[in-house]
Amino acid sequence: MVPPTHDAINGTSVPLIELKGVSKTFGGVTALQNVDFSVFPGEIHGLVGENGAGKSTLMKIIAGLHTGYEGEMRVEGRVVQFRSARDAIAAGIGMVHQELSVVPDLSVAENVFLGVQPVKAGGIIDWSGMKQQARALIGSLGVDIDPSTRVSTLPVGVQQLIELSRVLFSGARTIILDEPTSALSPPEVARLFSALRKLRAEGRGLVFISHFLDDVLDISDRITVFRNSRRVATEPRANLDKDKIIGHMIGRGSADMHMGETAVLRGAPDAQPILVAREVGDGRSLNGVSIELRPGEITGMYGFMGSGLIEFARALFGRHAFTRGNITLEGKPAHFRSTAAARRAGLAFVPENRGMMLFRNEPVFKNVSISMLGRIHRILLKPQQERVVAQHQIKDLQIRPPLTDIDLGSLSGGNQQKVALAKWLTSLPKILILSEPTRGMDVGAKEDVIRIIKALRDKGVSILVLSTEPETILTLADKIYVVKRGTVVSEMTSGTVTKSDLLTAA
Amino acid sequence: MNVSTDTAAAKSFNPKRAIADKLRTLAPLLTLVALVVFFSSTTTTFATLDNAVNIIRQMSITGIIAVGLTFVILTAEIDLSVAAVANAVGITVAYFTIQPDYVNIANIPLNGALAIILTLMSALAFGLITAFGMTSIGIPSFIMTLAIMQIANGVSALLVRGQIAYQYPDLVTLLGAKTAFQIPLGVDAAGKALFIPVGWTIIVCLIFFIVGHLVLTYTRFGRYVYMVGGNREAAEYSGVNVKLVIGSVMVISALCSGIAGMLGVAYFGSAQQNQFDTYLLDAIAAVVVGGTSLFGGRGGIGNTIIGLLVLGVVNNGLDHIQMDSFQKILIRGLILLAALVINVYVEKFREKV
Repeated sequence: MVPPTHDAINGTSVPLIELKGVSKTFGGVTALQNVDFSVFPGEIHGLVGENGAGKSTLMKIIAGLHTGYEGEMRVEGRVVQFRSARDAIAAGIGMVHQELSVVPDLSVAENVFLGVQPVKAGGIIDWSGMKQQARALIGSLGVDIDPSTRVSTLPVGVQQLIELSRVLFSGARTIILDEPTSALSPPEVARLFSALRKLRAEGRGLVFISHFLDDVLDISDRITVFRNSRRVATEPRANLDKDKIIGHMIGRGSADMHMGETAVLRGAPDAQPILVAREVGDGRSLNGVSIELRPGEITGMYGFMGSGLIEFARALFGRHAFTRGNITLEGKPAHFRSTAAARRAGLAFVPENRGMMLFRNEPVFKNVSISMLGRIHRILLKPQQERVVAQHQIKDLQIRPPLTDIDLGSLSGGNQQKVALAKWLTSLPKILILSEPTRGMDVGAKEDVIRIIKALRDKGVSILVLSTEPETILTLADKIYVVKRGTVVSEMTSGTVTKSDLLTAA
Repeated sequence: MNVSTDTAAAKSFNPKRAIADKLRTLAPLLTLVALVVFFSSTTTTFATLDNAVNIIRQMSITGIIAVGLTFVILTAEIDLSVAAVANAVGITVAYFTIQPDYVNIANIPLNGALAIILTLMSALAFGLITAFGMTSIGIPSFIMTLAIMQIANGVSALLVRGQIAYQYPDLVTLLGAKTAFQIPLGVDAAGKALFIPVGWTIIVCLIFFIVGHLVLTYTRFGRYVYMVGGNREAAEYSGVNVKLVIGSVMVISALCSGIAGMLGVAYFGSAQQNQFDTYLLDAIAAVVVGGTSLFGGRGGIGNTIIGLLVLGVVNNGLDHIQMDSFQKILIRGLILLAALVINVYVEKFREKV
């Protein structure tokens, strides 16, 4: 354990937030283990760690969203035990979430004062006073806009500052920012940072959670690194650089090297590309993504949450409209207007959220057969044949329990994911797009899925795996694209790739 | 290899869940039995074969509409235009038929077959417009069919202009108003043979039930209807053409309503404005009372038949116990509310177990 060593801060002032020995478990799974954490007035505290390392849990405890935990939390020296988010707000803690909660159809002023509009005598809303105050508040963050502008017409960077001013208005002295830069362009990041520095100068404390290590290094005074539910380092910015942070994050040199730590890429086979995307953009999340997929190859796309991976997968499958660039399948344009068209062309897609493509209340065999009913019979259903098909897949993919007629909802998560895969495997697709194929699965099921995906690759299917987890990409991919802010920033086709390579590139 | 085998196997049979599933059909069935027992024991005129056929006849036009509506509600959509479309289409078929001299409508008399074909096409047109509005423009079904309801009422008004038409093509008159066969019932005291007439509308309604059930149960399209209702997003991601399915059910609903409207005007013996007004509530109530889930994906024609019988027995039975006709309206509303509560409760119960 590394003690906090920020001398300038440690001198006299009382920390705004101080946690001592905080632990949290969810149904036997440890999410936080004996964590100390503090934020001082006039400090920006960077918080980094991989997905699931414990950052969010910690922040939710501070923001009053998780109420049951062990250990002690103090706010400005007083021991507190929040019972709700409302308590946390009352204690001067504000949070700006990655998914903004502005109301797009209301004006800037209404958003700043959402739910607490100033009123004149008789309960009438004081519009002019509200606009004046709103202008002053957002002006203090360095934005000059008419407070009666509709929020939906503003760029996302400005919307975020509006949400930030709402948090400020609620009287927050400690502000937690969750991935605030993931959707911002570089000039927007610069503007956000100057606003954050102003808040720091006012003596507020800020927690800056981000995957973007460059941003964290840019803005933070101290940086805390989480790994496997533990705090592994808290150091002043000056003591750290990107390599050191990544070292802490993945525990380089430590004994916990495991599956997916490094990968040797097979290099591109000689095959001609089957699917080519060129400069695909949608004006929002995608800023020109170019990739090539080859038959018999697993292509990995790695990026953080909000990097555009989710949108890109949907753009390929006809679920997300793109406004520029083009996609070709076997040389022919592949701009699908519906998922049905994409399926007919030989594409298959398993989204990151299993619920998105499974029917919980239907038996397994109906879930498996839904995408291939037309091949059994054009008009009629042949349930016995559907069961045969499903039985075949259940055996191939080792789905447990091996029953065709059990409701899908009663299967475990890993087995549900296998059913989601099975749906596409009865007649092989040309291209299989998998978003987060192993997320939230137990080890055994994970290995099964990995084996299945590789077997499909060997049968000549072209596979695209999109993931925010480096392990998933490193375990599966023969070729890797790293995506950042809606564009491919790095392409890796051969040689040895390590987790830190991915984290550094993204 | 797989660590989750045991727990998953343990969950494979869930008696509570099975009960919850049965409850969907069992609840309305028990309601039906209870109502029949109640009316049979309180009046002597209710429990007769004569009256049973009567109840079925009274519900057969509603039944045809309800078949189409079952498709719509199974996809978790709604069609509020069914009664208005039935009315407009019924009037249209009269509009294309030569009317007696005393009917003062500027109509376009055509040959019977042509009149029926054109009328069916008008029903199709209503369905296609609804489908287009919902799938291509993206208007929610609730609002879209509300607009179509008003438009269809407008068409009815323009075609008859407050008048009443009485003539229809022969086929429509036959199916709507004529008797298909008679059930012999022995002889009465005077030695005269007694018969119960069974109208063609009952036969047509039965055919719609059978075809509707076969389509929903045994065709690929039927499976898609259930799957789209069960989880629209999942159907989309599975490569089902969801818009085509939604559009199709709206067209099916309009066609069922249209045919019900044609038979209806013949059944009533006249074609005029607003004569189908009670059919909207009856048809929706029949589907929902029968246990088809308002959230889509569960239920079917079998449920709708039970629902129709419940409503038919209530409507008819209340007459037999000489209830105040003003109270009847209220009672029907309360029964619908009770059915909605049960419907939603069954859904929640099923989600929980």
